[in-house]
Amino acid sequence: MIYADNAATTRMSEAALNTMISVIHENYGNPSSLYSIGQRAKETLEEARRSIAEVIGAEPREILFTSGGSEADNQAILSAAAIGRKNGKTHIISSAFEHHAVLHTLEKLKKEGFEITLADVHENGIVRPEEVEKAIRPDTCLVTIMYANNEIGTIQPIREIGKICRAHGVLFHTDAVQAIGHIPVNVETDQADLLSASAHKFHGPKGVGFLYVRKGICVTSLIEGGAQENGKRAGTENVPGIAAMATALKEAAARMQEDAVSLTAKRDRLIQGLRRIPHSALNGDEAHRLPGNVNFCFEGIEGESLLLLLDDKGIEASSGSACTSGSLDPSHVLLAIGRVHDVAHGSLRLSIGEDLTDADIDTMIRSVGEVVEYLRSFSPIWRDLESGKKQHIL
Amino acid sequence: MALYSEKVMDHFRNPRNVGVIEDANGIGEVGNAKCGDIMKMYLKIEDDIIQDVKFETFGCGSAIASSSMATELIKGKPVSEAMKLTNKAVAEALDGLPAYKMHCSVLAEEAIQAALEDWKSREKQS
Repeated sequence: MIYADNAATTRMSEAALNTMISVIHENYGNPSSLYSIGQRAKETLEEARRSIAEVIGAEPREILFTSGGSEADNQAILSAAAIGRKNGKTHIISSAFEHHAVLHTLEKLKKEGFEITLADVHENGIVRPEEVEKAIRPDTCLVTIMYANNEIGTIQPIREIGKICRAHGVLFHTDAVQAIGHIPVNVETDQADLLSASAHKFHGPKGVGFLYVRKGICVTSLIEGGAQENGKRAGTENVPGIAAMATALKEAAARMQEDAVSLTAKRDRLIQGLRRIPHSALNGDEAHRLPGNVNFCFEGIEGESLLLLLDDKGIEASSGSACTSGSLDPSHVLLAIGRVHDVAHGSLRLSIGEDLTDADIDTMIRSVGEVVEYLRSFSPIWRDLESGKKQHIL
Repeated sequence: MALYSEKVMDHFRNPRNVGVIEDANGIGEVGNAKCGDIMKMYLKIEDDIIQDVKFETFGCGSAIASSSMATELIKGKPVSEAMKLTNKAVAEALDGLPAYKMHCSVLAEEAIQAALEDWKSREKQS
């Protein structure tokens, strides 16, 4: 089996798994309890906070544990909106291809009277900092731009945007779910005020993540109850998950440089191979992209049938076609970079991990080529394209 | 994979009656690329009997399986019987489709009906 959907989720690392199991077995106390086992759990929790803070250049008290990336995104945006509203500022800048955890939260705020400006992501899938700066108004309370896109892997100019926001005194949030543990992220050099992360994207467990909150920023609690997380997130902490997340992040950070080099080489091999398939195109900028992300469109075919046939060949991947999302529209990310519907339906995302060999990459190239050719052999769209009745786009 | 029934996967993996009939006397095409599904049906009708049927489909697994099953259900049948083909019959023959994929069976029914309409109008002209 070739698992090529690491942008969806990753396999837990052995070290993270061991941490999780040992905490569950030996350190099951409630961190809010006064007796020894409770206090040991509290120590584990705070050690994880220190470890995570160190990796991203933050202070431990600036790390707020959440149930994952979506909760962190929701909390960051709703908090910045609450601060803005208090100051009479109700304008937010974001981009057209954010994760739905961001876009849907913004939709909610729009209904409450906020104005939302979505920056163009252009054909290469990269936001232009000068356009973000131009969009800033006196009543802008937040800029939220993702660190790297989850579908096409394009890395955004976060440092430049952070600098602009700081200069204008506007809060800056970045959804770094796809970036953390894969490329260097540092809240100081990036000048981020709020940053979201999710453990299962960097070989940690599911159901746990964190929000970085620059000190001095007052966040709103989404879950009311006990005084955990300084009263900003009620509920008994997921100690085993949090400890495992810290282990996974430390490990990912230590391996990052080495992994990025080998992964980038494999990614480029895959891109070169898939390019040889006629009427195909890489989605998103080739250079400014995550080391493991490959995303292509193939004309004349539909993504779900491509995925099912690849699964038959032992390759697990994903697509931005409508049929894989349960809606009629293909991926909003592909539409945002200007792919037309017909082409966007025929997309394939291969997000590779460190475990794959060059032989696996070559198997993927061969299998994708075979399946695309087969599906085209009985596609009425392909017939029209080949007979000249319709013009090729790619 | 639990997404689809075994029957759907069988017809998706080994679609029956795939291709083109060069001398077809009824052709129907439905759907659009924007929504991600296009089905094209070719019929060869002689003496009011569907002698041959073939299809081409751009679409998801259930669209391909629905096309395949629809051709199986009408092949060799009299036109009058093919006219009565419903999407429900296609879906049932496939041991069911997920609710949000039922439109694939609707498309298959519409493609067959469109091809039959085309045949009828050609008959009238000749």
